Amino acid sequence: MGRLVLAAAVVAGVPVLLVGYITLVEGALVALPTRRAAAVRPWLWTAPGFFFLCVFLVYPTLKTIQLSLFGPDSSGFVGLANYLAIFTQSATQVALRNNGLWLVLFTFLTVALGLLIAVLTDRVRYESFAQSIVFLPMAISFTAASVIWKFMFDYRPAGTAQTGTLNALLTLIPGFQPRAWLVNAPLNTVFLILASTWVWTGFCMVILSAALKGLSAEVLDAARIDGANEWQVFWRVIFPLLGGTVAVVTTVMIVFSLKTFDVVYVMTSGNFSTQIIAFSQYQQMFINRDFGKASAIGVVLLVAILPVLAFNLQRFRQQEAER
Amino acid sequence: MRVMVLSKAAAPALPRLVVRALGRVPVHVTIAAVCCLWLVPTVALLVSSFRPPNLVATSGWWTAFRLPLAFTVENYAAVLTTYNMAPSFVNSLLITVPATVIPLLIAAYAAYAFAWMSFPGRDWLFLAVVGLLVVPLQTTFIPVLTLFVQLGLTGTFLGLWLAHTGYGLPLAIYLLRNFIGSLPRDIFESALIDGAGHWTVFFRIVLPTSVAALASLAIFQFLWVWNDLLVALIYLGGQPDVAPVTVTISNLVNSLGQGWQLLTAAAFISMALPLAVFFSLQRYFARGLLAGALKG
Repeated sequence: MGRLVLAAAVVAGVPVLLVGYITLVEGALVALPTRRAAAVRPWLWTAPGFFFLCVFLVYPTLKTIQLSLFGPDSSGFVGLANYLAIFTQSATQVALRNNGLWLVLFTFLTVALGLLIAVLTDRVRYESFAQSIVFLPMAISFTAASVIWKFMFDYRPAGTAQTGTLNALLTLIPGFQPRAWLVNAPLNTVFLILASTWVWTGFCMVILSAALKGLSAEVLDAARIDGANEWQVFWRVIFPLLGGTVAVVTTVMIVFSLKTFDVVYVMTSGNFSTQIIAFSQYQQMFINRDFGKASAIGVVLLVAILPVLAFNLQRFRQQEAER
Repeated sequence: MRVMVLSKAAAPALPRLVVRALGRVPVHVTIAAVCCLWLVPTVALLVSSFRPPNLVATSGWWTAFRLPLAFTVENYAAVLTTYNMAPSFVNSLLITVPATVIPLLIAAYAAYAFAWMSFPGRDWLFLAVVGLLVVPLQTTFIPVLTLFVQLGLTGTFLGLWLAHTGYGLPLAIYLLRNFIGSLPRDIFESALIDGAGHWTVFFRIVLPTSVAALASLAIFQFLWVWNDLLVALIYLGGQPDVAPVTVTISNLVNSLGQGWQLLTAAAFISMALPLAVFFSLQRYFARGLLAGALKG
């Protein structure tokens, strides 16, 4: 009951509050001379936005950099000891190594499969139907996708009926023993990556497919008339022309692979050496209660993403120049 | 048969056609295989969620279609009542709706100012917004959590709304500014000359013409918050009374272990709403998602 009241209050109250703010602002600005009002107005319209950006992104990022130089309870300056610990302790080393594997394999698989499916479906009439199927997992949570794939990888001892689809299929091969896919490192990380690939391939596919549609048919036909086979057309013409889009999609996948958390948390709880950096941070925060190391991990992630940030800014400036 | 009969009728042209048709077989087969690979896991989940526990534990989901058929909705009844999924579903809604509305409106104000008002440092401030797009949330958790503890906002929906607003804003401001900035200049100038204030221009002209952009963005933000696990874990803790569906499911995965009929039912409940959005608003969904590519 309390929840319903809350829901009603929020649904009605939030828009009233927000619209009321601008109404008040404009009402107050009428009292000012036109030129003063024009100078003040932009700041009042952007104020709520800047407030949230500062409180939830700017200030925390700066504060995290500071906290990463302090001890577990944020008192006592420790210099770079937290960073040293991250790169030398075996648990976080495993996490860094796994993240490296995620970065390479996940990025490669999603982009390559996305491109392959985009190019193949471009040649058939049921393109949008096939693409919808591959794109569908993007709608669901990683938590649900983790349940789906944990069930696919399920393991029952040899001799009993296999309920996991992968083991059931493989045990059709004579002599194949069912395996606990999510237990044995380092292959288990690969299976977590495969589950995530299932989710994100559709994303790469849709973006690359849109770019593919933008290529001029004349260029492709000219290459074919000149005697290029489909394989050559793809590698010599299509792929180079899609280069920019491939780069964008690749950076998005890299950013995602660095920050990934849900799949590991739900499917293995970070056990069996599957932990990754974001998971280590969660552990440091809530299990070890070490805010210094957790902050340092946050900064490491930020630094890893800086090149992507620079790339985005550069691309944005190019777009602005073209406007 | 048909092909042979035809090839007699039009001999010179057809071998090439046949070769081309045959050459396309691998393409169709590959696409079919890909579709299977992408559908089977979801179908397995759906089928298992309707099977009785003893069968789920002892046989594969593909045997469900052998006679006699044995399907049940008891798993859904069980997870909804006994395992907390019904209140979690309500929690997810309570978290998601405000966390979508608030950032969208605030971003629209800022985007309008960025696009159609001039102020010192405007371009640099917008560049900063673009930079904030990729800041990993992990870099913000500890100071925000400390702040929330001091203000008593941990474990509250209000805290989560505010956090999702902050995290959703860079993308929303970026996209809406690009959209609102591309509206023709004339409509603003004529409206302002006619004596309409910025309030009128914004609510009567800008918002109605931006419905498509707002819808794409709203769908993106809605799904992002609905599907979020990490932010909820950090700021709500594991408290079951405020947990959204994602947190409840991840707890069930740990506590139920092999209770697949329950886990699959719970997962499907969490997927129902996003899937409905996906099928009914697919075009907006894809557009919002493509635009969201930059989000950190």
